[in-house]
Amino acid sequence: MKHEASIREPLIIGNKSLHDISEDIAKPIETSANKWWWSLFILSVITMLWGFGCIFYTIGTGIGVWGLNNTVGWAWDITNFVWWVGIGHAGTLISAVLLLFRQKWRLSINRSSEAMTIFAVIQAAIFPGIHMGRIWVAYFVFPLPNQFGSLWVNFNSPLLWDVFAISTYFTVSLVFWYMGLIPDFAMIRDRAVKPVFKKAKNFKEKISNFFKEQTSSYNIYSILSFGWSGRAKHWQRHEVMSLVLAGLATPLVLSVHSIVSMDFATSVIPGWHTTIFPPYFVAGAIFSGFAMVQTLLLVMRKVVNMESYITMQHIEMMNIIIMVTGSIVGIAYITELFIAWYSGVEYEQYAFLNRATGPYWWAYWAMMTCNVVSPQLMWFKKLRTSIVFTFILSIFVNIGMWFERFVIIVTSLHRDFLPSSWSMFSPTFVDIGIFIGTMGFFMVLFLLYSRTFPVIAQAELKTILKSSGDNYKKG
Amino acid sequence: MSKEKIIYGVYGDDDVILDAVKAIREKGHHIDEVYTPFPIHGLDTAMGLKYSRIAICSFIYGCIGASCALFMFWYIMIHDWPMNIGGKPSFTLNENLPAFIPVTFEMTVFFGAHLMVITFLIRCGLYPGSSSKSPDPRTTDDKFLMEIHTNGDAKKIKEIKDLMKKTGAEEIKEKE
Repeated sequence: MKHEASIREPLIIGNKSLHDISEDIAKPIETSANKWWWSLFILSVITMLWGFGCIFYTIGTGIGVWGLNNTVGWAWDITNFVWWVGIGHAGTLISAVLLLFRQKWRLSINRSSEAMTIFAVIQAAIFPGIHMGRIWVAYFVFPLPNQFGSLWVNFNSPLLWDVFAISTYFTVSLVFWYMGLIPDFAMIRDRAVKPVFKKAKNFKEKISNFFKEQTSSYNIYSILSFGWSGRAKHWQRHEVMSLVLAGLATPLVLSVHSIVSMDFATSVIPGWHTTIFPPYFVAGAIFSGFAMVQTLLLVMRKVVNMESYITMQHIEMMNIIIMVTGSIVGIAYITELFIAWYSGVEYEQYAFLNRATGPYWWAYWAMMTCNVVSPQLMWFKKLRTSIVFTFILSIFVNIGMWFERFVIIVTSLHRDFLPSSWSMFSPTFVDIGIFIGTMGFFMVLFLLYSRTFPVIAQAELKTILKSSGDNYKKG
Repeated sequence: MSKEKIIYGVYGDDDVILDAVKAIREKGHHIDEVYTPFPIHGLDTAMGLKYSRIAICSFIYGCIGASCALFMFWYIMIHDWPMNIGGKPSFTLNENLPAFIPVTFEMTVFFGAHLMVITFLIRCGLYPGSSSKSPDPRTTDDKFLMEIHTNGDAKKIKEIKDLMKKTGAEEIKEKE
């Protein structure tokens, strides 16, 4: 057994035993949802359907229904894409990077933040898809042999790098998440009662028994758990595999947003053509991802009674990461300004002057306030250990990071080299509807997840009970 | 010859079963399987299990991924249909390599991760529809189970049972 310094705060509070952990984590799955869950779920389904309606309208009519024009060819769609991909960075960071750094506090939050990652990447993938206009030919982005002569994709283009980066990131995150879930599904399966039916008298009863058996929770979790039985050799392989997956996922996390930033950085638009973009985007992505984890987990820990596992210490740790990455983002903003001035390039200088004082000044200052000023408040211990403050701040960061992408994309495009083509962008109800719709879709997925999946990696959490559990620490 | 018998010892603590495994193996008995709800560090070496080579597999898969990627670039961009994009022609793989690095990396990770997971599932016999091999469903909750196969020798069975009892087993069961 590993010992932990007594000055470290316990990570599992409330005198839990191994069995208590199983009980607590299986509880949301085995009980029915309350009216809060249902009302939130219905609201999310409605917004999701509204978003789907707007998507169908876009595909049926063409992207002319968005507010884009000749000058501003990328706006809300790409802003939302980058925003969602950014949010999708915290999960794998928590489960992979913090695993390599042996941070035990990741254990109670990795499952849900990885779920959030996967759901956020699904939302992100919608936008480039529908921006193509003809989504039925979306498979053109892959290097497939085809009947149009030798028409291949262009591997020199960052947009294609993005296709590979996002698909690799999505699938690798998904298997990493699922491999961790297998032992936990097995725990739920072993708690479920195997259904026993009366002997069927006729064919109709036989059919009904068959369907009841197939849809019983025992059967469903049995399929989901892949027959996991927790053998020593399997655990040994599982541990090595998780470590290697973490090692592979760590550079992957950093590569994904670097490549997203290259969509901009490799072009010659003033305000985009900067070498600072990859690290700056990665820091911003982690910043916004952690903010979204806070927003979701602060609510979830209350609703599914996980306060013993997602403690104030976890919240504080995440707030410190928000503070550090927020400061990196702040430095990046200031560096960009300095380099614009120092470069002596008038277009670059004007792009930044226009951001701060031009017609979109309000977006720029919203970004500055939310992303640079507000995380600095986390230096105060009283504030970073306050749940209400953390929740409000996490919303502010989410808003700020959305504006960051909007500022980068729209303010750089709307006034470029030729003043005669300067223009403004304003979103239509379809732009707004699709964005709100993806939020609804995201919430639908997360709400379903929170009632059917083990929301905490219980098998892994049990390994730290003796070193970081409240009752064991007290001695 | 008497029938083969399987002895199960159920333990309630990870440290206890780890010590028990060491003690029973010291007496020269072979431990066939241990079922635990979570990974116990040091249990594999205590049981005498070999080191897992799955990481080496992943490295090989990663190399395959990188090679596939490079072959793909060479075939698509250089050999089959070289395109001149923005005045930057594609002559050789070497000259164009910097632009290919991101996708090479992604393909390496893609192959390394997915083929390793598939290898893991195949080697462990895990697939949708497979059923649990654990003799006691509590082993995914809070119990630790040790399984020892014997050839039915009554003296040996008694010795193993006594050892299990001495090392802190909560329940001892026998199965033919």
